[in-house]
Amino acid sequence: MTDKNKSKLCSVMNDTINWVDARFPLTSNIKAHLTEYYAPKNFNFWYFFGSLALLVLVLQIVTGIFLTMHYKPDADLAFGSVEYIMRDVPWGWLIRYMHSTGASMFFVVVYLHMFRGLIYGSYRNPRELIWLFGVAIFLALMGEAFFGYLLPWGQMSYWGAQVIVNLFSAIPFIGPDVSEWLRGDYLVSDATLNRFFAFHVIALPFVLAGLVVAHLIALHEVGSNNPDGVEIKKVKDKVTGIPLDGIPFHPYYTVKDLVGVAAFLMVFSAIIFFAPEMGGYFLEANNFVPADPLKTPAHIAPVWYFTPYYSILRAVPPILNSQFPGVAAMGLSVVAFAFLPWLDRSPVKSIRQRGALYKRWLAAFVVSFLVLGYLGTVPSNVWGQFGAWLGGADRATVVARIFTVVYFLFFILMPWYTKKDKTKPVPERVTG
Amino acid sequence: MKTINNVKKLLLAALMLPLMSVANEGMHLDKAPVDASNHESLQRGARTFVNYCLNCHSANYMRYNRLLEIGLTEKQIKDNLLFAGEKVGDTMKVAMNKKEAAKWLGAAPPDLSVEVRARGADWVYSYLRGFYRDSSRPTGWNNTVFDKVGMPHVLYGLQGEQELDHETHELKLVKPGSLSAEEYDVLVGDLTNFMAYMAEPAKQQRNQLGCFVLLFLSVLLVLTYKLKKAYWKDVH
Repeated sequence: MTDKNKSKLCSVMNDTINWVDARFPLTSNIKAHLTEYYAPKNFNFWYFFGSLALLVLVLQIVTGIFLTMHYKPDADLAFGSVEYIMRDVPWGWLIRYMHSTGASMFFVVVYLHMFRGLIYGSYRNPRELIWLFGVAIFLALMGEAFFGYLLPWGQMSYWGAQVIVNLFSAIPFIGPDVSEWLRGDYLVSDATLNRFFAFHVIALPFVLAGLVVAHLIALHEVGSNNPDGVEIKKVKDKVTGIPLDGIPFHPYYTVKDLVGVAAFLMVFSAIIFFAPEMGGYFLEANNFVPADPLKTPAHIAPVWYFTPYYSILRAVPPILNSQFPGVAAMGLSVVAFAFLPWLDRSPVKSIRQRGALYKRWLAAFVVSFLVLGYLGTVPSNVWGQFGAWLGGADRATVVARIFTVVYFLFFILMPWYTKKDKTKPVPERVTG
Repeated sequence: MKTINNVKKLLLAALMLPLMSVANEGMHLDKAPVDASNHESLQRGARTFVNYCLNCHSANYMRYNRLLEIGLTEKQIKDNLLFAGEKVGDTMKVAMNKKEAAKWLGAAPPDLSVEVRARGADWVYSYLRGFYRDSSRPTGWNNTVFDKVGMPHVLYGLQGEQELDHETHELKLVKPGSLSAEEYDVLVGDLTNFMAYMAEPAKQQRNQLGCFVLLFLSVLLVLTYKLKKAYWKDVH
């Protein structure tokens, strides 16, 4: 291309952009959200997971669209249509494994993303709304995963849905009617499959996309937190008004996130191509048996990402013959995250300036989350029983009860231990 | 920072948690000789499957012409495996009526397309070798890995009859069949190999493609890392 042609092409492009800008805020939005959105320059490993969550969301939507082209939301056909996708649809197995692995990996990156928020105090003033939108995304994601899990119509799909919907019948007075209304039948059936399909492919993805936009708008309004918990907007260049510790998101963090994307895709592909069942954690063996309403599996366990809450449900004993306390505790264990901005009374945000007290409680919380998560995947008699001195109780149940208490104490005692904790001063500038 | 490193270690430890075993904990299963690249074994397994299993069990999601992948020709499939009136593009259906089958056997024989994914290859292999005589059962047969199984021992003409020593929990061949014990193990191994292949025909393609994908991504990782380094040169 000659220089003359080049300059001509440039001017055509400029004219086009000007034409659009006069009618739609294209350039100003690119500036506000990418090229002149200043992010702290000291993001570390933990800051990859937000963009990765967005990547997985897009992957799930795209693979999901292709799956709906061949999947049949019909109790007689659903199981077979999934096998049809796995065998007869060109590249169907790849699309399906990407979607099933994507579901689990979505929770992996979201849990790591939430943990980042936890350790660096990203939920604190002025980012409470970002956090609340995030909790709403998490709830919507749980719903999305739950509805989607029924669709393959295997034994675990069926009985998992049966158990979860039945939880609603534990709500006093209105419970049984609510669960029947959710199922659209007296038991999980074709009607349930049809409505879960509707929720999974349109209702919740729509809600999720909207919440993600809100999450990002709120983030770009106040700016990102960072591992030092320093507000970079406090120290700006006197002439340009740009934060001294800030760098434009594009190109700096777009190229950095690409490294994260490549690394993530390696893990993702390793699972898809070499271990799509992930030892029964991502795809359960029992789900390769078609749903049978007359045959209850010996051991019903939810997929791994729900197991900490499922453990809490099982750990709470029935009170006055009602399962409701367990159901309420399970609900609370998820919703508890929403209260963090107001439970945390520490003068500092980041774990880097927090004292030993907070660190110990955080460690206790992480341990209880993992232990509860493990116990939720196994039957409650997995470790045998205690002797008569403890009424012959299941060992695993007692352990789950202890860690359930620790889990909730992390939240309940937070106002106390964050205030009492010895903290270090927050540095003026980010430490890199 | 130390705490964060500890947390990282914990996260890693969580990933390494012992993965769930498929089911049937505490039961001894023999290792099935599964090898998807052994086409001869798969072909022998396909023949055994069609001759012995497909009379009662369907494989509704498996198409006959998929067997082209394991080295059979269309003519071989037509001449040796198809029942009258079937086409090579058909799936492995079964003529037996499900309701009547349930009446005869107590339960309708399950579809076997993805049986290996549900139970595991070792289970299927051990099951096929685990039949023994039990006069208390309506069929006269019981099984070491599937107690009170409804299915009679279809391969007994080949294996012969075994009895279970209830003290040592060991099986003993009391009446030999037309095959020796070694020959029977090979036959059942081939059959299991075929069923494992049938449960996920794309598996070999998946593994091969995976190597190239990972190779490509590792190059991409290096390139993106270099790109990042180049862009971040001026950030201090």
